[in-house]
Formats: sequence, C-alpha cells, structure tokens
Amino acid sequence: MLSDITLGQFFPGNSPLHKLDPRMKIFLIILFIVTIFCASSLLSFCLVLGSAAFLTILSRIPLRQILKGLRPLFLIMLFTAILNIFWTSGENLLWQWGFVKIYAEGLWYALFMIVRVVTLIIGSSVLLTYTTSPIALTDGLERVLSPLRVLHLPVHEFSMMMTIALRFIPTLIQETDKIINAQKARGADFTSGSLFQRMHALVPVMVPLFVSAFHRADELAVAMECRCYHGGEGRTRMTQLHLSGRDYLFLFFMLALFALVLLCNSVSFW
Amino acid sequence: MECRNPDAVRDQILEVRDLCYSYKAENGTLTPVIRNVSLSVQRGSFVAILGHNGSGKSTFAKLLNMILTPQSGSLRIDGTETLREDITEEEIFALRRKIGMVFQNPDNQMVATIVEEDVAFGPENIGIPPEEIRQRVDSALRAVNMTEFAKHSPSQLSGGQKQRIAIAGILALLPDCIVFDEPTSMLDPAGRAEVMDTILKLNREKGITVLLITHYMDEAVQADRVLVMDHGSFILDGTPREVFSQVEKIKEVGLDVPQVTELMYRLHKDAHLEVPYDILHSREAVDALKLLYAKENGGSALG
Repeated sequence: MLSDITLGQFFPGNSPLHKLDPRMKIFLIILFIVTIFCASSLLSFCLVLGSAAFLTILSRIPLRQILKGLRPLFLIMLFTAILNIFWTSGENLLWQWGFVKIYAEGLWYALFMIVRVVTLIIGSSVLLTYTTSPIALTDGLERVLSPLRVLHLPVHEFSMMMTIALRFIPTLIQETDKIINAQKARGADFTSGSLFQRMHALVPVMVPLFVSAFHRADELAVAMECRCYHGGEGRTRMTQLHLSGRDYLFLFFMLALFALVLLCNSVSFW
Repeated sequence: MECRNPDAVRDQILEVRDLCYSYKAENGTLTPVIRNVSLSVQRGSFVAILGHNGSGKSTFAKLLNMILTPQSGSLRIDGTETLREDITEEEIFALRRKIGMVFQNPDNQMVATIVEEDVAFGPENIGIPPEEIRQRVDSALRAVNMTEFAKHSPSQLSGGQKQRIAIAGILALLPDCIVFDEPTSMLDPAGRAEVMDTILKLNREKGITVLLITHYMDEAVQADRVLVMDHGSFILDGTPREVFSQVEKIKEVGLDVPQVTELMYRLHKDAHLEVPYDILHSREAVDALKLLYAKENGGSALG
C-alpha cells in the first residue's frame, strides 16, 4: 500500500537533459527563472514559452505527466489571474460595472502571470526534478554549494543528511507497512471513525517507527565510524563530474535566451 | 610507556591484554561487561567467538576497533599500542582501517542509494584518489561476487546480498582483519550460506584474518579456533574439536554444541555406547558408528 509512493518525480531516461551535469542544471534553472522574471513584453513571453516547450520535447517526458504536475497549481493560477484582472489599473478601460473596472493591462498581466507560473513549473520540473536522479541532485548541490564552506556552512553534512534520508525512505516505508500490519493483526482500525479517531489510531504506528528509526540511526553511526567517516574534511569522491560540450551548448542556449528576452522587452507592439 | 615493537609481534594482528570495560549507567554505577580479557590473534587465522546473549561478545568486538574505549588493559593492532594517551586521530583512523567490522543488520550499515557508491564510501572517507577508489570498488564487488549489482539500489537486494555489499564496503578499505558481529543472524538459510561462503573465501584466498562472532555452532565449526565467552571473559579456547568435546561446560553457559556432537554425546552418555564425541561432521559420526557396529558384530564390516 505504501510502497507505490515514488520518490521525487524522477523519470529514468536517456534524453540530452538526463545526461546534463547536475551542477550545470542547477545553474541553468536559476538562469531560466531569472529570464522568466525579466520577461515583460509579449514577444519575450512567447520566447520563454517557446523554449519551455522546446525543453519539454527534448526531455521526452510524456506531456500528460507535465500537465499532471501543473494541476495542483491551477487554483493559485486562477486566483492570481483574477486578482490581476480586477486590481490592475491602466489607461485602456475595457469594461465597467459600478466600481469594478477591467483594463486591458489587467488582462495582459493576468495572462503573463499564468505564463510565468506555467513556464516556471515546466522549466524546473523538466530541467531538474523529472530528469535528475535524487542522488545526482544531492551530489550536484553539494558541489555547487561547496564554496560556502569558506563561511563554515556545513555543506557536506547537509548533503550527507539528504543522501541518508533518501537511502532510508524505502526502508522506513517497508517498516511502517510491517507495523501497520502487525497492529491490524491485533485488531487496530485505521480506516473508520472521525479524522481525530483515525489520527489517534496512528499513534501506535508512529511510536514504534520512531523508536526503530533512532535505533537504526545509532547503528548506522557506528557503522559509518567503522568505515572511517569523519566529516567532509579530506574526503574524496569516486564519481567525478565533468562538464562536456553538451553542457556548454545548453549554457549557450540559455544565455542566448536571456539576452533575447532582454532585447525583446524593449520591443512592444500591443 | 608502551611503544611500537614491530619485530616481535609481526604475525599477531591483534594482541589484547587484560582488557576491562564497564558500561556506566545513568546513576553512575558501573556494570562490568569485559573482565580482564587477553587474546592474541594470529595473522590470517579464522577465529570464532561464541557466547549467549549478553555475554559481552559484541562489546568486545567494538573494543577491537576503538569504537569503545576500555577502562584498562592493552590493545595492540598490528604491533601498535592503541591505548596510549598521545594517540592522534589520524593514527586511530589508520588503525581502524585495518580492522574492518560487519554488523548484524545489513540495512543499517548502508549509506548510499546505489551499491557501488556505498562500497566507495569507506575509501572516500580516507581520501583515496578517484581512480584508485574505482579500482578498489570493482575488485571488492568481484570478491563478494556482486559485480552485476553495482548499479542497483540496496532496497532491491536480498538480505544475503546486502550483507555481501556491506562486506565489500569493508574490503574496499583493504583491511588486514575483519570482525563479523553475528553477520548471519538476520538472514534466511540461503543468505546465511552465501555470507559464510564469502567469509571463508576471504579468509582462505585473500588471507584476511577473520573474527566471527556467532551463535550458530555449524558456523563456528568451520573456524581454526573457537573461543567461548561467558560473563565477559573467555572460558574455553581451542580448536573446534577441543572446544566442542567439552559438552557439559558449553551447556553450562547456555550454549549448544553442533547437532552431531550432541547426538554422539548422548549415545556415549545415555546409551552407554563406546563412541567418541569429539565429532564435528556427520561423516565422522557415520564412520565412528560403523566402526562400533563392526566391533560388536565380531569384525564383520558394514557396507
């Protein structure tokens, strides 16, 4: 029952986006977000939307999957669109009823807002979450953030925590399943009663789960110490990341997009 | 002050003398767990340590690679005294690397989400260059016969396979000696056999010293030397044959002898048959019984 929870949203694959260096992807996604927020004219929004579509095609992620990812944000998009339509004032009044005024600018802003949110979601999921395995992601993050070690930020420790969390999620899910079954066998009822009653029924699941998690943490710490773990200092890594021509190509593409968007911002023809 | 004495102790990978360790309870009372234990382990040997639950055998294992610090005594690893006050952290890691340790629960020893990343964890910690880590990981996985699973996630593996990965993770540190703390007690019979085969192979083919803590008698029988621990000290020490023939003493401390030994012991003791009971394998038992039969039937041999 619990085992079909997928971790993150990673879709294993072999597309050009899957093969990108995770460090480059993190950088590209930041650049893409900046580009999205810099866009302010119709033409630049078309460019941003077009490149999001291009990335989606490159990633070979089924479109249905991407639309599914957008669904939870539908309400937020609707809400911001309505806010923008009714609260933006401008020069071209389109419609008025009492104190409710709708300007052409309001409609445009609403549309831009939606395009921003959609491209933001598509861009980040296609570039990062759908095409990067969790381990590559933490690895990339550690390396991208490693300059912060100068400021005594525990970058390595943070990524080690992430790795261990990822490693133990399936184990703990299995364990939860086992405990739930054991409690069911003793007559526990998790499916009926009020919300409060059902929450209360979960207490005998959570307590043993936490006890065992602490126990595991203790054993893991000893095992790590036995394998000479002593933090990030003097540590090397087996897998080395190398930036390839493909990475630079994507970087060029993204920089070109950024420049084009800035250029198009000054061109307004609506 | 104890110091290095390389020549005299080269062939002893571990030398323990008068080691004492007590757990401190919250109210400050000390519970002695290891009492004046002394032991020398020959390089390349296979030593089994038997003891019932709470006899102190797991604590003893943790003392051997300095996870716990004893209150008194002396512990030499490869000729170097570890219980000095001036021992540095680097020295501890260098020595700990020599004494690997494999624990009971394979799940709680794995750090990474990919098998080969997990095997690489140890060498990464001690700062080995990337190309050499790659070689070590490949040869460690080959040694435990898990090369084809290099890219798998540990959660896809069986208990025996996970335990073999845990062993590979230690092997990648190139240890001289591996302490196994009940490595098979959470495994099914097939997994137990896999892990025991791996342990024997490492000992026989790679010359790695093995200390196997177990409560399975059939595993202890395969060792060169068996020690029985009770209440924090060793009460028996010898070859499996010597130790298991002391059936009464072993039963006294709550342990069993191998089934065959038990059978021969009962035949000897209860049925008053004239058979030896320092027997470890069923083959030997059959031979002994055949001999007895032949003797009682006036020399006519049995087919």
